[in-house]
Formats: sequence, C-alpha cells, structure tokens
Amino acid sequence: MIPASFEYVRPSTVEEAAQILRNAAGDDVKLLAGGQSLLPLLRLRLAYPAALIDLGRIDELRGVRDEADHVFIAAMTTHDEVVKSAVVQEQCPLVALATAQVADPAVRHRGTFGGSMAHADPAGDLPAVALALDMEFTILSAEGTRTLPASEFFVDYLETALGPGEILLGAKVPKLGAGWGFHYEKFHRTAQAWAIVGVAAAVKRENGTISEGRVALTNMGSTPVRAFSVERRLPGVPVADGNGELREAASTAANDTEPPTDLHARPDYRRHLAVVLTERAVRKAAA
Amino acid sequence: MSRITVTVDGTKYEEEVEPRLLLVHFLRDRLGRTGTPIGCDTSNCGACTVLMDGRSVKSCSVLAVQADGSDILTIEGLAEHGTLHPMQRAFHEEHALQCGYCTPGMILASIDLIQDNPDPSEDEIRSGLEGNLCRCTGYSNIVRAVRKGAQEMGATP
Ligand SMILES: Cc1cc2nc3c(=O)[nH]c(=O)nc-3n(C[C@H](O)[C@H](O)[C@H](O)COP(=O)(O)OP(=O)(O)OC[C@H]3O[C@@H](n4cnc5c(N)ncnc54)[C@H](O)[C@@H]3O)c2cc1C
Ligand code: FES
Ligand code: FES
Repeated sequence: MIPASFEYVRPSTVEEAAQILRNAAGDDVKLLAGGQSLLPLLRLRLAYPAALIDLGRIDELRGVRDEADHVFIAAMTTHDEVVKSAVVQEQCPLVALATAQVADPAVRHRGTFGGSMAHADPAGDLPAVALALDMEFTILSAEGTRTLPASEFFVDYLETALGPGEILLGAKVPKLGAGWGFHYEKFHRTAQAWAIVGVAAAVKRENGTISEGRVALTNMGSTPVRAFSVERRLPGVPVADGNGELREAASTAANDTEPPTDLHARPDYRRHLAVVLTERAVRKAAA
Repeated sequence: MSRITVTVDGTKYEEEVEPRLLLVHFLRDRLGRTGTPIGCDTSNCGACTVLMDGRSVKSCSVLAVQADGSDILTIEGLAEHGTLHPMQRAFHEEHALQCGYCTPGMILASIDLIQDNPDPSEDEIRSGLEGNLCRCTGYSNIVRAVRKGAQEMGATP
C-alpha cells in the first residue's frame, strides 16, 4: 500500500535535527533512520506521522570508533557496516555475530544499529545483546547529552526511555578483556525471520571453568531480559561440561520471564526454547 | 513536493515527488521501468530488489526522496548493448525461473552477493539470498545459476 501523506525534512547535522524535533513538540513527528521498520508500518498504514525527519544524511551519526575502554557505535551505522567493521569484530564480536543474523542482506544495507535499539522490538536481536554487554546509550536531549544503561533503556513493548524530543546518538559497548567468548543463538522458522526466541551469551573462562557469564534473552517478554538466575549458576561450571552442570544452570533460563503468545509459539514452548537455546549459546560461547 | 535527482540505469532524472512515494513506485509508475515488480506489502519477498549505490535494497522499503542523489541499477540496466549480464545468462541457461516474478530481485541480490564473495559456496548462496523468496522453483536451479554466474563474472569482469 501507499503510505499516508507526510512532510519530509532532511537535516544535515544532529543539532538541526534536534531543533526541528523540538519545534515540532506536540505534532506527531517521527525520526526516520533506515526505514526498515518504520516504512513497512507506514505502508500498512499502522502509523500516520505528520512529518518524518530523515537522519540519513547526517555524517556525524555514522561510524564505529575505538575508544580506550569501549567501542562507540553511532546510531546511523547500518547493520552491514557493523558486521563488516574490524573494530566490532575484534573488540565486541557478540555485536557482529548477532547483527549478521538480523533480517537479510538488503535489509541490513539500510537498517541501522540505532534504529533497532530505538524501535525496541522484543523480537529484535540487538536489544538482548545491549543488555548482555551492559551497553550505555548516548542520547541528545534539550538539556544536552545524557547517558543511560541498557538496563534502563528498554521500558516496554516497542517503548524506550527516549523522550519525544530526544535523539539516540549511539551506544558505548564496553570492551571485555581476555578470556571472554561469545555466541548469539537464534531460533526462527525461516531464514530472514525474526527470532521466536534468541539468546545472547558472553562467558569468561579461567583455567577450564567459567568464571563469569552474562545471558540475555530475545522475545521472552515485552522487553529483552537478563537471565540472572542462569548467570548466578554459571561460575564454576567446567568449560568442557561433562556432568550436566551447564544443563542444570541453563534450566533456570525462563525463570522470571513472561513470554508472549503469537502465531509462532505459546509461552510454554518459548520457555522450553529459552532453556535449550541458553545451554547451546553458553556452550558455544565457552568453546 | 520534493525535487530529487536520481540516476537510474545510467540515465539521470530530475523529478518532483511526494515524500510518500516509494522508490519502487517511482521506478515503475513515474519512469515506466516495470521490470522491477512488487511482490508483497511487508518488505519480505525481495522481488523489488535493486542496487542503490551498488548495494542491494528493497525498493519498496526506500522512499524516492531517500534515493535523492543516488545511482540505481535495476534489472533493465543490466544487459549491455543487447548482451545479457553473465548472471542473467546463467539464470536463463540453468532454468532458474518458472513464473519469473522473483527473478529480477534474485539476479540483483546475487550480483550484490558476488561483490562481497566472488566464489560463494552453496550455503553462502542460500544465506545470501535469504531475503528473496521464490514460490516456484524450489531454489535448486537458482543456487546452481548463481554459482555459474559467479564463475562467469570472475572470468569476464
Ligand atoms: C523483512 C525484515 C526482516 C527483519 N528481520 C529482523 C530480524 O530478524 N531481527 C531484527 O533485529 N530486526 C529485523 N528487522 C528490522 C530491522 O533490523 C530494522 O533495521 C530495525 O528494526 C529498525 O532500524 P531502522 O534503521 O530501519 O529504523 P527505522 O525503521 O527508520 O526506525 C525505527 C524506529 O526507531 C526510531 N528511531 C530510529 N533512529 C532513531 C534515533 N537515532 N533516535 C531516536 N529514535 C530513532 C524511529 O523513529 C522509528 O520509530 C527486519 C526488518 C525487515 C523489513
Ligand atoms: S515488494 Fe516484497 S520486499 Fe519489496
Ligand atoms: S520463478 Fe516464480 S517466484 Fe520464483
């Protein structure tokens, strides 16, 4: 279908975009990033913004920067650029692993890192990675720049802590030191589809055992969730787990989750998947 | 209305467009380039795939105003002086189509894949084309065609 009419503006700096956004206070104005979630919504007439502010030509919103103890990924960096970034591959490989599983190549050429976070679809692959890695979001608001940990950014289904006049500038991804291994395990019905359940895992290995683990779940609630009960049980589990200790730890993955019901799965099936996929994800991360 | 300048298959166009006009409708309805089909309303099928500044995009999921200043290659711009592009020829020779609806998108997505990976394995072809659906062929001949097209593209750059 053809979207309903809207005004279109294409600022060339973040400051200009922020100004337009603030002046529009009250009107239904939307930021347009890669458009890979927003344009399908407009085409299905599920959204009727009065105006779109296209962030697509703002150079300062693109790129990956290697900064001492973290990597900064700017909001408008495309999924394809993230996957191909040598800095991301070396310093925060979990981001590259999960982003490579987002949608399909054509969508990854347009869709952006920041758009995925701001859209906050609980089935999206990157929000769980943000939680698992304790990313910190950088946000431009009327008062200046503020930062927010991932644990406070995802508020509800398709809802973030971003206020109406705010623009997501990017995220700081802490560099984890030596000994860490990563995996993103995604279960979906067809190749390009969204995750029915996904698991992001980061584990630190010392002397043949797991000393620390981080696990976050995709599509097990209205926001991505950290599987803290699994994380508590991981330290001490041998990397070459022979006695089922890992399975034991993973069995608690669905504790404290409220998985949704949809066309693909009911909550009980999702709970089952979360347990199985957590075991796989941690095993592969530790390997 | 917004004024945009877009190069499509080597020809430069300057047009006034409504912001809501999708790139695929611009190509089909405004420029008459109906070689790029529309297969869905959900950005899933990939039938509308074109190359925008050299990379595959779903032209139903890009606004014409977003394409301002860019270079678009559609299936209609692939053949040169009546000679098929090696990937087009491979699809033809390997019977990689039945109804042909998915074919323009498949060919452009394949060319995009070859740019990153000049000699893809069967698995790499299958995942490289995951955004393009075919309801007829069962994909086997498409995969074979892409391998052949890749080899020929390597031989005739
Ligand atoms: C066929 C298909 C399959 C897909 N499969 C997957 C999948 O498997 N996994 C997955 O994770 N995603 C998937 N996606 C979604 C894809 O990852 C999108 O790229 C992403 O969700 C949105 O990014 P975008 O840049 O396109 O944002 P847009 O669609 O442009 O914007 C999305 C929302 O975020 C807001 N926004 C964007 N940027 C900012 C910013 N900087 N500051 C504040 N607000 C902002 C917009 O206003 C809008 O509300 C799929 C999409 C398609 C079409
Ligand atoms: S028409 Fe189906 S993806 Fe564009
Ligand atoms: S040949 Fe008919 S859809 Fe592919």
